[in-house]
Amino acid sequence: MPQLNVAMFPTQLFWLAVCFVALYLLVTYVIVPRVGTVLDERQQRIDDNLERAAALKADAEAAIATYEKALTDARVKAQAHLREKTAELQAEAEARSRALSERLAGEIKAGEARVMEARKAAVEGVRQLAADVAGDIAARLTGGAVESHLARSAVDSVMGSR
Amino acid sequence: MASPLHQFEITPLIPLHIGGVDVSFTNSSLLMVLAVAAVAIFFIRGMSGRALVPGRWQSIAELTYDFVGGMIRENVGHEGRKYFPFVLTLFSFILFGNLLGLLPYSFTFTSHIVVTFALAITVFIGVTIVGIVLHGAHFFTLFVPSGVPKVMIPFLVPIELISYLSRPISLSIRLFANMMAGHTMMKVFAGFIIPLGFLGGWAPLAVDVALTGFEFVVAFLQAYVFTLLTCLYLHDAVHLH
Repeated sequence: MPQLNVAMFPTQLFWLAVCFVALYLLVTYVIVPRVGTVLDERQQRIDDNLERAAALKADAEAAIATYEKALTDARVKAQAHLREKTAELQAEAEARSRALSERLAGEIKAGEARVMEARKAAVEGVRQLAADVAGDIAARLTGGAVESHLARSAVDSVMGSR
Repeated sequence: MASPLHQFEITPLIPLHIGGVDVSFTNSSLLMVLAVAAVAIFFIRGMSGRALVPGRWQSIAELTYDFVGGMIRENVGHEGRKYFPFVLTLFSFILFGNLLGLLPYSFTFTSHIVVTFALAITVFIGVTIVGIVLHGAHFFTLFVPSGVPKVMIPFLVPIELISYLSRPISLSIRLFANMMAGHTMMKVFAGFIIPLGFLGGWAPLAVDVALTGFEFVVAFLQAYVFTLLTCLYLHDAVHLH
């Protein structure tokens, strides 16, 4: 069994020590810093990107909040404006209809007055006619002229104050 | 037919003596140097792009790095960070040694008990020093199981002590035995292929194909187990239970 050949122990131990120490130095001073830097940089990059993504997300959320606030404000303002305008128009419409109804009432009153006057004139006409007719009839019957004012007062007494 | 153990023979390539000791550059040394070079190429070339989104090689390099890092995080905790370079060295050296040993005509330096024992005793001594530096004399309470009746302590302390001292032995023999057994088995079955001819040769060939896949698993698994146990020992030294 070659493994038990003691004569070959020193050379194996010597070269093992040389190689192992060389590899240890290589790992400590070259490999670990090199791989470590790359892994750290990657971790750093990932962390940075995550941080930036979180910041962007916060920005987006703030923008959405601003937008929604603006939207609500605009809606509230529009509603207030609408209410104000409606009230204004309603008041205007009421004023106009009041004025119209006042004018119409005035016209109705004037019309009624005119009707009364016409009636009065008509009644007067009828009286005069009746007095004339009565005067004429009396003159025919008596054969003499009848004073017109007498005929008139006679008609008035018959018709009364109608 | 060459002996199945012939593959474990160490042959000097460049004779070298330092202070009268034979430290020739052998096939074992060559594979160790190649393992170091392979690890260096694997990590340095793999990470040369330093890409934010890694490609294939960079992914494997990062996964290996993270795999060992995760092992330490889970088993030792945050305090284990400073032992990370050592544990990564241990894992990648053993893993690449095991994998390079699977190449035909190469040599598996982890199939030699002296190599695995040297690695294990390094871990053992290192862990013990870490424990004593961190906790001083308090470190020796590691050998007194908590919540045990006082009468039992004289019996339990020697058991704990023996189990602690046998750690480097079990650690080194596990790796060495696994690598040696697997490679020997492959060689034994390979030796049957030609003698059995066209009619019977396919059976050991099929076994060898299966064993090759199996050996890849073992190569990775044993590197993992060695490293994981190192992490568990570090946990004991850092946290004392």
